[in-house]
Amino acid sequence: MQEIIVERAGGESVLRRAHVGVVGSGNLEVLCEPPSTGGARIVVHTTVDGFEPIWRATLERFLANRPIAADFEINDFGATPATVTLRLEQVVELVLEPER
Amino acid sequence: MKPRDLGVRFAEADARERLRAIADVGTFRELAGPFARLTSPHLAAQGLVAQSDDGVVVGRGRLDGADVALAAMTGEFLGGSLGEVGGAKIAAVLERAVNGAVLVLDSGGIRLQEANLGILAVAEICDAIVALRERAPVIAVVAGRVGDYGGMAIALTLCSHIVTSEVARMGLNGPQVIEQEAGADEFDASNRVLIWRTTGGERRVTQGHADVLARDSCSEIAADVRRVFALPRNARRTSVERLRPIVDAAAATATITRHA
Repeated sequence: MQEIIVERAGGESVLRRAHVGVVGSGNLEVLCEPPSTGGARIVVHTTVDGFEPIWRATLERFLANRPIAADFEINDFGATPATVTLRLEQVVELVLEPER
Repeated sequence: MKPRDLGVRFAEADARERLRAIADVGTFRELAGPFARLTSPHLAAQGLVAQSDDGVVVGRGRLDGADVALAAMTGEFLGGSLGEVGGAKIAAVLERAVNGAVLVLDSGGIRLQEANLGILAVAEICDAIVALRERAPVIAVVAGRVGDYGGMAIALTLCSHIVTSEVARMGLNGPQVIEQEAGADEFDASNRVLIWRTTGGERRVTQGHADVLARDSCSEIAADVRRVFALPRNARRTSVERLRPIVDAAAATATITRHA
């Protein structure tokens, strides 16, 4: 098991929190909540060791595309980078959508 | 005739979606949700990533206006296994329920990584079901892809109503366990037709082990849960009552051979 942390300063704070996904084979869960720091911070827990460069590239690209400040927690069970990006986009959509 | 639109399939919905679908619209409120981070303290030491809700969603909601306890297991997280934390969440909402409860079970059994703590959790849940069913219906829904096996299958048999679908299966020992212990001649765990023909939801209703065969649809299962929730007290059954006709029928046709 490995923990990876990726951070980026700045961005507009999210005001709500949201949860998507499941820690199931090839899948992951993402928790997103208002930032504890001034920027974006993603903490990853993954069962699959040795993919840190791919995690960093995936998460840094996501943060570059999304100028928001938020805390993310990822609990991963061997998801591919595409699935990771989709889940992150899904959770951001939920925290940014107007209240229903 | 146009086939009826079944809407969202229950088997495809996740645990939260299932509970939202069963409760009256907009009434489900989750308790001790993902952000409470009540995770299993036993998994990291064994190299496994914990899930923020330990694979169990619990809360309160309304069923035709009545305030009930709701709980659902996540079949995708570690095989829908029941651990210490998830078990405590289910037991806690059952112990606080007054008007009834709905348990959406999708479980491979006790979480092997948590061993005795999982067994204790099942005991607490069974205790809470038996206490609650004396005064209110405890409705089990087994309509997920994992089905219900092991410890949570024991809890299942204590519920006052069991709603299932043809997607689900249920039994004490799973097919692989039977094959491992008794051999492939006894039970071939790779034979899907055999598995569903002996332990599938449809079969379990025919046998009398389960009560209602629902279609794999969120709206239809929600309607079936309401229907059994409204049944009178004398319609509630436990495992002994479910099995009594089966045992009686077997006894009526059995020939007793006495050996001199």
